[in-house]
Amino acid sequence: MSDWKLLNTSTASGASSVEFTSLTGYKIFKFVFIDVNPATDGEALQFQVNASGQTGFNETMTTTMFKSYHYESGSYSGLVYETDHDQAQGTAYQKLTTSIGSDSDECGAGELFLFNPASTTYVKHFYARANQYASAVYSGDVFTAGYINVTAAITGIDFKMSSGNLDAVIKQYGLVAT
Amino acid sequence: MSGKLTLISSATASGASNVSFTSGIDSTYDEYLFFFVNLNPSVTLLEFGFQVNASGQSGFNETITSTTWLAEHSEADATGLEYRTSEDQANGTAYQPFQLNTSNDSDSGISGSMSLFNPSSTTFVKHFYINTNAMGINAGNSSSCNYFVSGYINTTSAITEIDFKPPSGTFDGNIYMYGVS
Repeated sequence: MSDWKLLNTSTASGASSVEFTSLTGYKIFKFVFIDVNPATDGEALQFQVNASGQTGFNETMTTTMFKSYHYESGSYSGLVYETDHDQAQGTAYQKLTTSIGSDSDECGAGELFLFNPASTTYVKHFYARANQYASAVYSGDVFTAGYINVTAAITGIDFKMSSGNLDAVIKQYGLVAT
Repeated sequence: MSGKLTLISSATASGASNVSFTSGIDSTYDEYLFFFVNLNPSVTLLEFGFQVNASGQSGFNETITSTTWLAEHSEADATGLEYRTSEDQANGTAYQPFQLNTSNDSDSGISGSMSLFNPSSTTFVKHFYINTNAMGINAGNSSSCNYFVSGYINTTSAITEIDFKPPSGTFDGNIYMYGVS
Protein backbone atom coordinates (compact mmCIF):
# COMPACT_ATOMS: atom_id res chain seq x y z
CA MET A 1 0.00 0.00 0.00
CA SER A 2 2.02 2.94 -1.20
CA ASP A 3 -0.55 4.88 -3.17
CA TRP A 4 -2.28 8.02 -1.95
CA LYS A 5 -4.61 7.02 0.89
CA LEU A 6 -7.94 8.80 1.06
CA LEU A 7 -8.22 9.80 4.71
CA ASN A 8 -11.21 12.09 4.85
CA THR A 9 -13.86 13.62 2.63
CA SER A 10 -15.80 16.68 3.70
CA THR A 11 -18.82 17.83 1.76
CA ALA A 12 -19.63 21.42 2.68
CA SER A 13 -23.05 22.88 1.99
CA GLY A 14 -23.40 26.43 3.18
CA ALA A 15 -20.59 25.85 5.65
CA SER A 16 -18.52 28.61 7.21
CA SER A 17 -15.38 26.44 7.23
CA VAL A 18 -14.02 22.95 6.68
CA GLU A 19 -11.55 21.64 9.22
CA PHE A 20 -9.32 18.57 9.27
CA THR A 21 -7.89 17.68 12.66
CA SER A 22 -5.62 14.74 11.88
CA LEU A 23 -2.27 15.53 10.25
CA THR A 24 -0.20 12.64 11.51
CA GLY A 25 0.75 9.26 10.13
CA TYR A 26 2.00 10.44 6.73
CA LYS A 27 4.94 12.46 5.39
CA ILE A 28 2.96 14.14 2.62
CA PHE A 29 -0.66 15.28 2.58
CA LYS A 30 -2.70 16.32 -0.41
CA PHE A 31 -5.95 18.23 -0.15
CA VAL A 32 -8.11 18.24 -3.25
CA PHE A 33 -10.79 20.92 -3.31
CA ILE A 34 -13.55 20.47 -5.85
CA ASP A 35 -16.36 22.76 -6.97
CA VAL A 36 -15.73 25.45 -4.38
CA ASN A 37 -18.73 27.74 -4.79
CA PRO A 38 -18.84 30.76 -2.48
CA ALA A 39 -22.05 32.25 -1.15
CA THR A 40 -20.57 35.71 -1.67
CA ASP A 41 -19.40 36.78 -5.11
CA GLY A 42 -15.69 37.40 -5.57
CA GLU A 43 -14.39 35.76 -2.43
CA ALA A 44 -11.27 33.59 -2.16
CA LEU A 45 -10.73 30.10 -0.81
CA GLN A 46 -8.08 30.27 1.90
CA PHE A 47 -6.50 28.13 4.60
CA GLN A 48 -4.67 28.34 7.91
CA VAL A 49 -3.24 25.82 10.35
CA ASN A 50 -2.88 25.29 14.06
CA ALA A 51 0.34 24.10 15.65
CA SER A 52 0.64 21.78 18.61
CA GLY A 53 0.34 23.63 21.88
CA GLN A 54 -1.20 26.67 20.24
CA THR A 55 -4.78 27.85 19.91
CA GLY A 56 -6.50 29.07 16.80
CA PHE A 57 -5.65 29.02 13.11
CA ASN A 58 -3.02 31.72 13.07
CA GLU A 59 0.48 30.34 12.41
CA THR A 60 3.18 32.47 10.81
CA MET A 61 3.67 32.04 7.06
CA THR A 62 5.85 33.43 4.30
CA THR A 63 4.22 32.76 0.94
CA THR A 64 4.11 33.51 -2.78
CA MET A 65 1.19 33.70 -5.15
CA PHE A 66 1.01 34.28 -8.89
CA LYS A 67 -1.53 33.54 -11.55
CA SER A 68 -2.12 33.42 -15.24
CA TYR A 69 -5.49 34.60 -16.45
CA HIS A 70 -7.63 34.94 -19.55
CA TYR A 71 -10.99 36.68 -19.75
CA GLU A 72 -13.90 35.08 -21.56
CA SER A 73 -14.13 38.27 -23.59
CA GLY A 74 -10.62 37.66 -24.84
CA SER A 75 -9.77 41.23 -23.95
CA TYR A 76 -7.25 40.51 -21.21
CA SER A 77 -4.71 37.84 -20.45
CA GLY A 78 -1.45 37.69 -18.62
CA LEU A 79 0.83 36.41 -15.89
CA VAL A 80 1.05 38.41 -12.65
CA TYR A 81 2.55 38.15 -9.20
CA GLU A 82 -0.19 38.79 -6.61
CA THR A 83 1.32 41.12 -4.03
CA ASP A 84 -2.06 41.54 -2.34
CA HIS A 85 -2.40 37.85 -1.61
CA ASP A 86 1.05 36.75 -0.41
CA GLN A 87 2.34 36.99 3.15
CA ALA A 88 5.69 37.95 4.72
CA GLN A 89 5.62 36.43 8.18
CA GLY A 90 1.88 36.97 8.32
CA THR A 91 -0.65 35.08 10.40
CA ALA A 92 -3.70 35.59 8.18
CA TYR A 93 -5.46 32.84 6.29
CA GLN A 94 -3.49 32.18 3.09
CA LYS A 95 -5.53 32.53 -0.08
CA LEU A 96 -5.46 29.69 -2.60
CA THR A 97 -7.55 31.56 -5.17
CA THR A 98 -8.28 35.23 -5.69
CA SER A 99 -11.94 35.83 -6.45
CA ILE A 100 -14.32 32.98 -7.24
CA GLY A 101 -17.70 33.81 -8.76
CA SER A 102 -20.85 32.87 -6.85
CA ASP A 103 -23.17 32.07 -9.75
CA SER A 104 -24.52 28.56 -9.60
CA ASP A 105 -22.05 27.25 -12.19
CA GLU A 106 -19.04 29.22 -10.98
CA CYS A 107 -16.43 27.64 -8.73
CA GLY A 108 -12.80 26.89 -8.07
CA ALA A 109 -10.87 23.62 -7.87
CA GLY A 110 -7.34 22.52 -7.17
CA GLU A 111 -4.81 20.75 -4.99
CA LEU A 112 -2.76 21.70 -1.94
CA PHE A 113 0.33 19.68 -0.97
CA LEU A 114 1.63 19.93 2.60
CA PHE A 115 4.97 18.37 3.51
CA ASN A 116 5.84 16.68 6.79
CA PRO A 117 3.44 18.61 9.07
CA ALA A 118 4.30 16.39 12.05
CA SER A 119 7.95 17.42 11.98
CA THR A 120 9.28 19.11 15.09
CA THR A 121 12.52 20.07 13.32
CA TYR A 122 11.60 21.80 10.06
CA VAL A 123 9.34 24.56 8.84
CA LYS A 124 6.38 23.18 6.87
CA HIS A 125 6.48 23.60 3.09
CA PHE A 126 3.38 23.67 0.94
CA TYR A 127 2.34 24.46 -2.60
CA ALA A 128 -0.96 24.60 -4.37
CA ARG A 129 -2.41 25.07 -7.82
CA ALA A 130 -6.02 26.01 -8.44
CA ASN A 131 -8.18 27.14 -11.29
CA GLN A 132 -11.00 29.55 -10.66
CA TYR A 133 -13.97 30.84 -12.57
CA ALA A 134 -13.42 34.38 -11.37
CA SER A 135 -16.22 36.77 -10.54
CA ALA A 136 -14.81 39.06 -13.24
CA VAL A 137 -15.47 36.23 -15.72
CA TYR A 138 -12.04 34.88 -16.43
CA SER A 139 -10.15 31.64 -15.99
CA GLY A 140 -7.44 32.10 -13.39
CA ASP A 141 -4.65 29.55 -12.88
CA VAL A 142 -3.40 30.34 -9.37
CA PHE A 143 -0.07 29.08 -7.94
CA THR A 144 0.50 29.45 -4.21
CA ALA A 145 3.46 28.23 -2.17
CA GLY A 146 5.34 28.93 1.00
CA TYR A 147 6.34 27.72 4.40
CA ILE A 148 4.64 27.77 7.74
CA ASN A 149 7.42 29.18 9.84
CA VAL A 150 7.08 26.98 12.88
CA THR A 151 8.95 23.88 14.00
CA ALA A 152 6.08 22.66 16.16
CA ALA A 153 3.91 19.95 14.64
CA ILE A 154 0.86 21.07 12.71
CA THR A 155 -2.23 19.43 14.13
CA GLY A 156 -5.11 21.02 12.24
CA ILE A 157 -5.94 22.76 8.99
CA ASP A 158 -8.93 24.93 8.24
CA PHE A 159 -10.39 26.02 4.89
CA LYS A 160 -12.86 28.85 4.48
CA MET A 161 -13.82 31.67 2.17
CA SER A 162 -12.44 35.16 2.73
CA SER A 163 -16.03 36.08 3.56
CA GLY A 164 -19.29 34.17 3.67
CA ASN A 165 -20.05 30.48 3.40
CA LEU A 166 -19.12 27.88 0.85
CA ASP A 167 -20.24 24.74 -0.90
CA ALA A 168 -17.41 22.37 -1.74
CA VAL A 169 -15.99 18.90 -1.54
CA ILE A 170 -12.56 18.75 0.08
CA LYS A 171 -10.65 15.48 0.27
CA GLN A 172 -7.61 14.73 2.39
CA TYR A 173 -5.06 12.18 1.19
CA GLY A 174 -1.87 10.86 2.78
CA LEU A 175 1.31 9.48 1.19
CA VAL A 176 4.32 7.79 2.80
CA ALA A 177 3.01 6.28 6.00
CA THR A 178 5.20 6.99 9.01
CA MET B 1 -0.97 14.41 -11.02
CA SER B 2 -3.02 11.27 -11.41
CA GLY B 3 -2.73 7.53 -11.53
CA LYS B 4 -1.95 4.90 -8.99
CA LEU B 5 1.38 5.31 -7.21
CA THR B 6 3.65 2.42 -6.33
CA LEU B 7 6.61 3.07 -4.08
CA ILE B 8 9.68 1.66 -5.81
CA SER B 9 12.45 2.93 -3.59
CA SER B 10 13.19 5.51 -0.94
CA ALA B 11 16.34 7.05 0.47
CA THR B 12 16.95 8.71 3.79
CA ALA B 13 19.96 10.96 3.52
CA SER B 14 21.87 11.83 6.67
CA GLY B 15 25.05 13.71 5.97
CA ALA B 16 25.06 12.30 2.44
CA SER B 17 26.87 13.95 -0.47
CA ASN B 18 24.33 12.54 -2.94
CA VAL B 19 21.43 10.14 -3.35
CA SER B 20 21.32 7.88 -6.40
CA PHE B 21 18.58 5.56 -7.60
CA THR B 22 20.43 2.99 -9.69
CA SER B 23 17.72 0.40 -10.07
CA GLY B 24 13.98 0.41 -10.61
CA ILE B 25 13.93 2.86 -13.51
CA ASP B 26 12.83 0.72 -16.41
CA SER B 27 9.91 0.02 -18.71
CA THR B 28 7.57 -0.98 -15.88
CA TYR B 29 6.14 2.55 -15.67
CA ASP B 30 5.57 5.33 -18.18
CA GLU B 31 5.93 7.95 -15.48
CA TYR B 32 8.13 8.18 -12.41
CA LEU B 33 7.33 10.55 -9.59
CA PHE B 34 9.90 11.66 -7.03
CA PHE B 35 9.01 13.42 -3.80
CA PHE B 36 11.56 15.46 -1.86
CA VAL B 37 10.89 16.03 1.84
CA ASN B 38 12.99 18.42 3.92
CA LEU B 39 16.25 18.31 1.94
CA ASN B 40 18.44 20.27 4.33
CA PRO B 41 21.94 21.12 2.98
CA SER B 42 25.04 21.54 5.10
CA VAL B 43 26.25 24.47 2.97
CA THR B 44 24.07 27.52 2.46
CA LEU B 45 23.22 29.34 -0.78
CA LEU B 46 23.61 26.37 -3.11
CA GLU B 47 21.70 25.08 -6.11
CA PHE B 48 20.43 21.59 -5.35
CA GLY B 49 20.12 19.57 -8.56
CA PHE B 50 19.79 16.28 -10.41
CA GLN B 51 21.36 14.46 -13.33
CA VAL B 52 20.77 11.12 -15.01
CA ASN B 53 22.73 8.35 -16.64
CA ALA B 54 21.66 6.73 -19.87
CA SER B 55 22.02 3.08 -20.73
CA GLY B 56 25.47 2.30 -22.09
CA GLN B 57 26.94 5.54 -20.78
CA SER B 58 28.96 6.33 -17.69
CA GLY B 59 28.46 9.13 -15.23
CA PHE B 60 25.60 11.53 -14.54
CA ASN B 61 26.14 13.86 -17.44
CA GLU B 62 23.39 13.57 -20.02
CA THR B 63 22.47 16.50 -22.24
CA ILE B 64 19.58 18.62 -20.97
CA THR B 65 17.66 21.56 -22.37
CA SER B 66 15.54 23.16 -19.66
CA THR B 67 13.61 26.17 -18.44
CA THR B 68 13.77 27.55 -14.90
CA TRP B 69 11.66 30.21 -13.21
CA LEU B 70 10.53 31.13 -9.73
CA ALA B 71 8.28 33.13 -7.46
CA GLU B 72 9.81 34.33 -4.23
CA HIS B 73 8.86 36.38 -1.22
CA SER B 74 11.24 37.28 1.56
CA GLU B 75 10.32 37.61 5.18
CA ALA B 76 11.32 41.27 4.70
CA ASP B 77 8.54 41.52 2.05
CA ALA B 78 10.57 41.63 -1.19
CA THR B 79 8.84 39.76 -4.01
CA GLY B 80 9.78 38.46 -7.43
CA LEU B 81 8.46 36.42 -10.34
CA GLU B 82 11.18 35.81 -12.87
CA TYR B 83 12.68 33.56 -15.48
CA ARG B 84 16.08 32.30 -14.32
CA THR B 85 18.73 32.41 -17.04
CA SER B 86 21.42 31.35 -14.56
CA GLU B 87 20.03 27.88 -13.96
CA ASP B 88 18.49 26.84 -17.27
CA GLN B 89 20.46 24.75 -19.73
CA ALA B 90 20.74 24.70 -23.52
CA ASN B 91 22.02 21.25 -24.32
CA GLY B 92 24.12 21.38 -21.17
CA THR B 93 25.43 18.42 -19.22
CA ALA B 94 25.52 19.99 -15.75
CA TYR B 95 23.39 18.94 -12.84
CA GLN B 96 20.02 20.62 -13.35
CA PRO B 97 19.21 22.89 -10.39
CA PHE B 98 15.74 22.71 -8.89
CA GLN B 99 16.30 25.29 -6.15
CA LEU B 100 18.81 28.01 -5.46
CA ASN B 101 20.20 29.87 -2.48
CA THR B 102 18.71 27.37 -0.06
CA SER B 103 19.34 28.13 3.58
CA ASN B 104 21.18 25.59 5.72
CA ASP B 105 19.43 26.69 8.90
CA SER B 106 18.43 23.71 10.99
CA ASP B 107 14.72 24.20 10.25
CA SER B 108 15.17 24.97 6.55
CA GLY B 109 15.26 22.89 3.39
CA ILE B 110 13.51 21.90 0.18
CA SER B 111 10.30 19.96 -0.40
CA GLY B 112 8.63 19.19 -3.70
CA SER B 113 8.18 16.74 -6.53
CA MET B 114 9.57 15.74 -9.91
CA SER B 115 7.85 13.91 -12.74
CA LEU B 116 9.99 12.00 -15.25
CA PHE B 117 8.21 10.64 -18.29
CA ASN B 118 8.93 7.38 -20.09
CA PRO B 119 12.61 7.14 -19.19
CA SER B 120 13.00 3.72 -20.81
CA SER B 121 12.02 4.95 -24.26
CA THR B 122 14.60 4.30 -26.94
CA THR B 123 12.72 6.51 -29.40
CA PHE B 124 12.02 9.79 -27.65
CA VAL B 125 13.81 12.39 -25.56
CA LYS B 126 12.80 12.28 -21.87
CA HIS B 127 10.60 15.02 -20.49
CA PHE B 128 10.52 16.12 -16.88
CA TYR B 129 9.11 18.84 -14.70
CA ILE B 130 9.73 19.85 -11.10
CA ASN B 131 8.00 22.04 -8.53
CA THR B 132 9.70 22.75 -5.21
CA ASN B 133 9.37 25.15 -2.34
CA ALA B 134 12.25 26.08 -0.08
CA MET B 135 13.36 28.46 2.58
CA GLY B 136 16.08 30.32 0.75
CA ILE B 137 18.10 33.45 1.33
CA ASN B 138 17.32 36.63 -0.62
CA ALA B 139 19.36 39.76 0.11
CA GLY B 140 20.25 38.36 3.50
CA ASN B 141 16.68 37.57 4.46
CA SER B 142 14.93 34.24 4.72
CA SER B 143 12.67 33.82 1.72
CA SER B 144 10.04 31.46 0.39
CA CYS B 145 11.16 30.31 -3.05
CA ASN B 146 8.71 28.43 -5.29
CA TYR B 147 10.91 27.07 -8.07
CA PHE B 148 9.79 25.51 -11.35
CA VAL B 149 11.92 23.48 -13.75
CA SER B 150 10.93 21.76 -16.94
CA GLY B 151 12.85 20.30 -19.80
CA TYR B 152 13.97 17.28 -21.70
CA ILE B 153 16.96 14.99 -21.50
CA ASN B 154 18.14 15.03 -25.05
CA THR B 155 18.87 11.39 -25.57
CA THR B 156 16.98 8.52 -27.14
CA SER B 157 18.82 6.02 -24.99
CA ALA B 158 16.97 4.66 -21.97
CA ILE B 159 17.56 6.47 -18.69
CA THR B 160 18.44 3.95 -16.01
CA GLU B 161 19.83 5.98 -13.12
CA ILE B 162 19.24 9.33 -11.46
CA ASP B 163 21.30 11.26 -8.94
CA PHE B 164 20.40 14.13 -6.61
CA LYS B 165 22.90 16.33 -4.80
CA PRO B 166 24.00 19.81 -3.86
CA PRO B 167 27.15 21.05 -5.65
CA SER B 168 29.14 20.79 -2.44
CA GLY B 169 28.70 19.66 1.11
CA THR B 170 26.18 17.15 2.32
CA PHE B 171 22.47 17.04 3.09
CA ASP B 172 19.79 15.37 5.16
CA GLY B 173 16.31 14.49 3.95
CA ASN B 174 14.06 11.96 2.28
CA ILE B 175 13.58 11.18 -1.41
CA TYR B 176 10.86 8.77 -2.56
CA MET B 177 10.63 7.25 -6.04
CA TYR B 178 7.20 6.14 -7.25
CA GLY B 179 5.97 4.52 -10.39
CA VAL B 180 2.73 5.92 -11.79
CA SER B 181 0.31 3.55 -13.45
